[in-house]
Amino acid sequence: MTSHVTEAVFRRGRLLLWGGCLAAAIALPLVFKSGFMLSLLCQMGIMVVFALSYNMLLGQTGLLSFGHAVYYGLGAFAAMHTLNLIGKDGGPLVVALLPLAGGLAGLLAGVVLGYVTTKKAGTTFAMISLGIGELVAACALMFPGFFGGEGGISGNRVVGKGDLLGFTWGPQVEMYGLIVAWVFVAAVAMFALTQTPLGRMANAVRDNPERAEFVGYDTQRVRYLMLILSGLFAGIAGGLTALNYEIVTAETLNAHTSGVVLLMTFVGGIGFFYGPIIGAILVTVMQIVIGGMTQAWLLYFGLFFLFMVLMAPGGIASVIAMQRNLWQAGLFGRMVPHYLAAAMPLLVLLTGLVGLIEMSYALLAGEGAGAGDTATLVMGMQLQLNTASPWLVALAVTASGMALTRWIGGRTGAAWNATLSTLHGDKS
Amino acid sequence: MTAPAIRLSGLKKNFGASEIIRGVDLDIHPGERHAIIGPNGAGKSTLFHLISARLPVSAGSIELKGESVVGLKPFEINRKGLSRSFQITNIFHNLSVFENLRCAVLWSLGYRYSFWHRLAGLADARLRADAVMEDIGLTRRRDTAAGILSYAEQRALEIGITIASGADVILLDEPTAGMSNTETEEAVALIRRVTEGKTLVMVEHDMGVVFGLADRISVLVYGKIIATDAPAAIRCNAAVQEAYLGTSLSHD
Repeated sequence: MTSHVTEAVFRRGRLLLWGGCLAAAIALPLVFKSGFMLSLLCQMGIMVVFALSYNMLLGQTGLLSFGHAVYYGLGAFAAMHTLNLIGKDGGPLVVALLPLAGGLAGLLAGVVLGYVTTKKAGTTFAMISLGIGELVAACALMFPGFFGGEGGISGNRVVGKGDLLGFTWGPQVEMYGLIVAWVFVAAVAMFALTQTPLGRMANAVRDNPERAEFVGYDTQRVRYLMLILSGLFAGIAGGLTALNYEIVTAETLNAHTSGVVLLMTFVGGIGFFYGPIIGAILVTVMQIVIGGMTQAWLLYFGLFFLFMVLMAPGGIASVIAMQRNLWQAGLFGRMVPHYLAAAMPLLVLLTGLVGLIEMSYALLAGEGAGAGDTATLVMGMQLQLNTASPWLVALAVTASGMALTRWIGGRTGAAWNATLSTLHGDKS
Repeated sequence: MTAPAIRLSGLKKNFGASEIIRGVDLDIHPGERHAIIGPNGAGKSTLFHLISARLPVSAGSIELKGESVVGLKPFEINRKGLSRSFQITNIFHNLSVFENLRCAVLWSLGYRYSFWHRLAGLADARLRADAVMEDIGLTRRRDTAAGILSYAEQRALEIGITIASGADVILLDEPTAGMSNTETEEAVALIRRVTEGKTLVMVEHDMGVVFGLADRISVLVYGKIIATDAPAAIRCNAAVQEAYLGTSLSHD
């Protein structure tokens, strides 16, 4: 009885959440009108679908794949070839459905490759996925006819006059609308999948494959089906990327892309459905915004990933869930001053570290032996990098940041533990 | 005459050079409660692993309700109506009690690998899972993750998962291991209740449980069955007493 009532409340809350996200996605380009912002949003949407499809394997079925870009990339190439095939004769409606061609390619790739990879779970699966990933990436360079070699293949998404509600998909804002629609459909479908017998048995296989066999399920079949469906959605993301950029290179299916989707999914949190959404958005922002500001962005991303793995292995979603638990128990307010107190020394530490990294980069990237002789612009400051003073200042800031973090961080940790024990004490 | 629920003939299992099961012949009648006892290392758990296909058979045959099941996979045997529990608790730790039980009933209700049914809409699966949950006394723990249940609760859930699918041959591997006296009593009552009308085979160390629950007892010593008989006869059997030299076969 009570559980039915709560289920109904959940469902209403869920509808509100989905609706809110959709409304926000539609409203964002009205608020931020720049082309940069629009392309950032497009990339985010594509990555959201890609990361969600990845989490169907990692979070839901317990399969750590190092080659998920294969399905994404093949989807992108298939969509691009289909686009070029329909050429001038196709209308905007067909173009809008092109991600489906990508999805179909991803699904077929899943049927073929997944049959091999999902024979085993665990480390064996991870290794085979890595091998298959390398294999397909190598094939991409061996068959330039299909994959376009180093330059990739390109196309033009404007193939008709625009008779579907007047859309030609030419302007980026129309493309954004198409991406939002696809992201929404794909995300709802992937969420719905988690609420089906197959979705639940995937969780069971993740938790305890042996027990799953002894309640009548072929774990290999469960893994295989989940991989095929995951390939479908990865392929849809690939199709969107082909349409969005109008060019697909072999990079879309290589190990680097596989690594990025793993990182964003993990950072977002694999234990929650919405975790990969957060991860995809955050990492894309970092990639494009920080990547636009500094060459050292990969270094920062690596540090950030390390920080997350050590401090919050459940990802951002688990941190959010934890705060929500505190909030519901009325304990959140108790932690706020501690969070603020801990943020200060972290900011100091970060400033010092960024200073050191940026100066090192500027010095190393400088031309020849004369680097640092003249004043270089670092973090908006003109610094003389061949003198000791900027380095000493940065070192001092870093060191004091470290000391303060240790000191205040210890207190925050103690407060956190005390709050946690109150929380669990209240529960039992 | 109906076929035995389980028939083992000349069953052997060796790991490399060492023979663990050395030729077991045993008929288990439909509807009986059969206990397998024996000293540590006699091969009782191995025998269970062979019957449930967790381990491959080295030689001999296993028939389930008159049909050979040698070479089948665990899930295939499960679908033929044989379900087992484990000595070391084997549950879905991150799923709630309710989800554990629902996972255990999905196949038997015919939902297979469906991704076109909504779980919340499957009233039969929900009712069946709720009924089993009531049976094993875990209703108030419905939404608790299985991994944080107490030991006795996990053992009860283990039995619940085993019987949930409605299999008519149930194998329980040391269902009361590590339980206190009161917990053991509750577990025995639970087992008696949920295996009503089914064939039950169990490995058990607690002689109180064995003699209280079993219709017949088989004694396994070094991979061979030295006696199969009613509890009273087993207690008086000279060979059994010799095998159990120094240990007590009486109630305590």
